[in-house]
Amino acid sequence: MLHEPATPSGKDPARLYKVRLGIWMFSFYALFYAGFVAINLISPQTMGVIIFFGLNLATVYGFALIIVALLEALVYDAMCRKKEAELEKKGKKKHLKSNTKKKGKS
Amino acid sequence: MAVIIFFIFVVFVIGLSLYLGNRAKTSSGYYAAGGKIHWSVNGIAFAGDYLSAASFLGICGMIATVGYDGFLYSIGYLAGWIVALFVVAEPMKRLGKYTFTDALDANYNSRGIKLFAAISTLIVSICYLIPQMVGAGVLVEPLLGIPHAWGVIMVGAIVITIVATAGMASTTYVQFLKGTLLIIFSSVLVGAVLIRGLSTQPDQGGKVPFYQYTNLEATMSGDQFQVSEPGWTVLEQASLKSGLEFVKMEHEGLEGWWYLYEHDGVLTLKETQSVVFKGNEKWINGAPESVDNELRQVSNLEQIRGEENVNTGRLGIFEFLATLTDKDTIVRTWKNASFVSEGGDKVTVYYPKEVSGDKIMRPGLKFKVEGTPLERIDFLSLMLALFLGTAALPHILIRYYTVPNPASARKSTIVAIAAIGFFYILTLFMGLGAMTNGVINPADNNMSAPLLARSFGEMLFAIISAIAFATILGTVSGLIVAASGAIAHDLFDRYFKIKMDDRQKVNAGKISAFVVGGIAILLGILFKGMNVSFLVGLAFAVAASANLPAIIMLLFWKKTTAKGIAASIIVGIVVSLGMIALSPELFSLYGLSPLDAPIPLSNPGIVSIPLSFITLVVVSLLTPKKGIIKA
Repeated sequence: MLHEPATPSGKDPARLYKVRLGIWMFSFYALFYAGFVAINLISPQTMGVIIFFGLNLATVYGFALIIVALLEALVYDAMCRKKEAELEKKGKKKHLKSNTKKKGKS
Repeated sequence: MAVIIFFIFVVFVIGLSLYLGNRAKTSSGYYAAGGKIHWSVNGIAFAGDYLSAASFLGICGMIATVGYDGFLYSIGYLAGWIVALFVVAEPMKRLGKYTFTDALDANYNSRGIKLFAAISTLIVSICYLIPQMVGAGVLVEPLLGIPHAWGVIMVGAIVITIVATAGMASTTYVQFLKGTLLIIFSSVLVGAVLIRGLSTQPDQGGKVPFYQYTNLEATMSGDQFQVSEPGWTVLEQASLKSGLEFVKMEHEGLEGWWYLYEHDGVLTLKETQSVVFKGNEKWINGAPESVDNELRQVSNLEQIRGEENVNTGRLGIFEFLATLTDKDTIVRTWKNASFVSEGGDKVTVYYPKEVSGDKIMRPGLKFKVEGTPLERIDFLSLMLALFLGTAALPHILIRYYTVPNPASARKSTIVAIAAIGFFYILTLFMGLGAMTNGVINPADNNMSAPLLARSFGEMLFAIISAIAFATILGTVSGLIVAASGAIAHDLFDRYFKIKMDDRQKVNAGKISAFVVGGIAILLGILFKGMNVSFLVGLAFAVAASANLPAIIMLLFWKKTTAKGIAASIIVGIVVSLGMIALSPELFSLYGLSPLDAPIPLSNPGIVSIPLSFITLVVVSLLTPKKGIIKA
């Protein structure tokens, strides 16, 4: 890197896992969003169909896009934290083992 | 009351900035608040930064006038955070230092990237600043009784003070405070709307008597046009190109314009409101403008589930929405048309149009999803730009540098999604509340949310107005930090390599803040009258076109080169701005006919975003590099 970040952050062993997970979750949401846009373009009348409690598809789908975004975000965070903790634990164990080996050799 | 709360808030914010001034003595402190902001504070500050005048004033105003189509902005703006969280948040934090340009250039040290990314930051920030400043003028004008231009100047001066004293530190806390207050008091306003319920004769809680507009029957005998009721004299008839017909009539010495409407062969004259410029004199509804003669606030329900003279009383969340969705609920919305009369007067008529609830509560009134293929493409283009624009806004991206590590960047994005998502759900209720409570200013829908608050009392109006003002301060501060960073850090320090010590770098940032603030004031005055949400939509299109392809490809395509990034930014800026400048909406602003616009689309994203991606790929393949990207 050609200049330092404002606050240096250490190596992140979970980086690749998070990138892959992010792409999957983004793809899912992008499809969900595309579905909303597609219904509006292909069959706009369908948006007026009442789904439940007197609410139409436009309202239900619109709220769902907001709520699903939050749920996905929470799931993503939980999975990232779990992986980060798991890899951190592994890293510590590995570090401890190599230290013990070094001590044994010396 | 409103003025007192407003000034208390301003004094508090400036005091806070002066107090935090010590934290902005170094570059890191000024541009990134030292990278020490807690993720939860940063998350709410994200919301404070993002929920701009466009969200609060613009979206509520648009929902109030065109129903669900305004809510599409809420959905698109929120969905964009998914791109920010899953794709951009952590890598941006890992790569960047103070600005968006830092992240793009982290692995290249390219003069091209520095220059064009900085220019892109400036253009996007200024595009975004315009609607905020327009919103500031709109808000301060009725609140303090000062002209639009002075409102813009005052807001500009306060924001420059905030940014110049403590940079990102004060900006963060102003945004945090504003985000918190906005969500709390918007919830209070929505609660008040639901408790009041719906009425076919809204009277603003008994404060403003409901005004019943008159309909008159008319007949045609040969070429002669006659009003069935006696005492009315027809003076003039105006037939517009759009097919609209207006009739000027006199009754008991008062002249006024009426909307001629034909349905099933029956001619009806509907009472309107009008603004007529006779030379320099402004006449409203047939009499000279005065404190007692202004345009009446409008919009109400004509029928609730097929019945007239109904007051539902308290309603639940679903009941409120379901009642408005009913096809037998009729809303009296208002449109406007401008023309020049036979006598040379400039006339703007605000005329009523009844729309059924099922049409109000689904897309179609503004965005013609059932219209021509071109109109549908325009809708698709808007939704694409909203989805991809958020993660490319420089003033949002720099918030990632204020937290200590990538995990904090992720967590603060999640807090932002929760806060922003909740607020956007509230916008639907606030907008529909304004639509059904007769509180819309027909000449400017941007004030719908504060005027809705006023219908519940001066105290709520004062608080909501102060929060709306804070909304503008928070967002404008963030934009000025981003733009001043582009000038002082990206251009002066890194592109031109002007030797500066840390103190001089901070001073350069402060001077830049003054310059950008001055430009923002000027543009805020020039663009008076445009819907602020529409203008922000355009800023999203420019950001999504110029910045997003570079960010995405930098992170996910190893063959991306510095020249590819620079070229894609140039193409994104030129194509998106060029298409906007030649669009029908801008032609209206120039005073030309929208039909003469060479580009038929109002939203350029569908063309400019793919073109920017293609440019990056082609140029990168033509200019292979030696290094390897590490995101």
